[in-house]
Amino acid sequence: MRLRPILIAAFLAIGTATLPASAQDKSIVVASTTSTQDSGLFGFILPKFKAKTGIDVKVIAQGTGQALDTGRRGDADVVFVHAKAQEEKFVADGFGVKRYPVMYNDFVLIGPKADPAGIKGGKDIVVGLKAINDKASPFVSRGDKSGTHSAELNLWKAASLDPAGTKPGWYREIGQGMGAALNTAGAMLGYVLSDRGTWISFKNKGDLQIAVEGDKRLFNQYGIILVNPTKHAHVKKELGQAFIDWVVSGEGQQAIRDYKIDGQQLFFPNAGTGS
Amino acid sequence: MSALELIVSGDARLFAIVGLSLIVTLSATFFAAVIGMPLGALIALTRFPGRNALIVILNGCMGLPPVVVGLGVFLLLSRSGPLGELGILFTPQAMIIAQAVLIGPIIAALTRQVIEDLWAEYRDELVAMDLSRTSRVATLLWDARFSLMTILLAGFGRAAAEVGAVMIVGGNIDGFTRVMTTTIALETSKGNLALAIGLGLVLISIILLINAMAWAVRGWAERHAG
Repeated sequence: MRLRPILIAAFLAIGTATLPASAQDKSIVVASTTSTQDSGLFGFILPKFKAKTGIDVKVIAQGTGQALDTGRRGDADVVFVHAKAQEEKFVADGFGVKRYPVMYNDFVLIGPKADPAGIKGGKDIVVGLKAINDKASPFVSRGDKSGTHSAELNLWKAASLDPAGTKPGWYREIGQGMGAALNTAGAMLGYVLSDRGTWISFKNKGDLQIAVEGDKRLFNQYGIILVNPTKHAHVKKELGQAFIDWVVSGEGQQAIRDYKIDGQQLFFPNAGTGS
Repeated sequence: MSALELIVSGDARLFAIVGLSLIVTLSATFFAAVIGMPLGALIALTRFPGRNALIVILNGCMGLPPVVVGLGVFLLLSRSGPLGELGILFTPQAMIIAQAVLIGPIIAALTRQVIEDLWAEYRDELVAMDLSRTSRVATLLWDARFSLMTILLAGFGRAAAEVGAVMIVGGNIDGFTRVMTTTIALETSKGNLALAIGLGLVLISIILLINAMAWAVRGWAERHAG
């Protein structure tokens, strides 16, 4: 019977595949953003949390919009995202218990070194975006309802422009994560809005560099929310709340502060500030 | 860190990822085969109204887009979906289900064709032997075992290569549902293009290795069992 080894292998495989599920009693699912994962922050702070509490945190990295939707469907215990208005609506609609501010970094406008829009070194994001529009320079938009995407749309609004609505040829929505957007901007020599954490950790900078930074409108706040157990009874509220409590505690905040790439701090803790 | 360094240094995380990829895809191939092969054989040997339409649909389903299968299984297994009670979204089990759904039609459709051709060839003998339908199906499947092996490999290859379905239903969770293809997608998005292409070569090598092993088993079996 030639099939027997295959059958045995497959049965072994299924047995092994079901193992992690039975060992998951002390774990939570956190729906978060590509920026927190791609920048390596979770890889740095989660082992510290695990060492202290023994709780496994399983991170699903999505855009903020999708992460909130994952929470809304009850497929995550905690959401950790960066779009304050959407987060507050999530809580107001009863899907989240309470929003805690955690940390911030800032957005930077990235562009090609050749700088076709002539905005390199600028401090005013509105001036920068208007120049991109006037010169019709390629601009890569996330187009995925992520936190960075909604921040970008707000900035265009501040510049009294609406490329997402009028869809000029130079405005390219790719519907993908931050890293993919940076790869695309690098390939088409376009401008792109990125969070600073992902930019610093990004390995394929090529001909890209920071064009505009330092505008206070580029502020990027992260918040964390427990999915409401009254909506979804299976939510692991004790474990989820334990993670939230740790993230906003002195210890969790210090872990965030300690995360550096090439000596640069990526995220700035500000729990308890009302941001 | 290049992929080669990871392999040479015996990086435990890389091996865990490769191991999970194999577990998920082999399990999915197994389930798809257990359901798909008898189903394909049964369709080959049976005449019923709407059979041609069913065959066209089955053949068409060989082209199911992984991302659509992933979305369908996601909606099914989500806590807000009909099977949400199981709580297996974002687990390896969900990934096995998605890949089995993806390649089940491939295995069933190809099996049907192989068995139908074989049936045309041996029909008179099998009818003369006065076998029940179940025995006919079993006999033909056994006779076609070497062709079926190739079909299994086709299904395995399809499942091992896809990223859309496992990304959606697995969530690409580090150390839990991260497999080769989702790692490659992630490293690409992080701009680690050298590592991504290196991991891609590792994946292709593994698929080649499994095909080589299957070929060796087949050669051995042909010599020993005829």
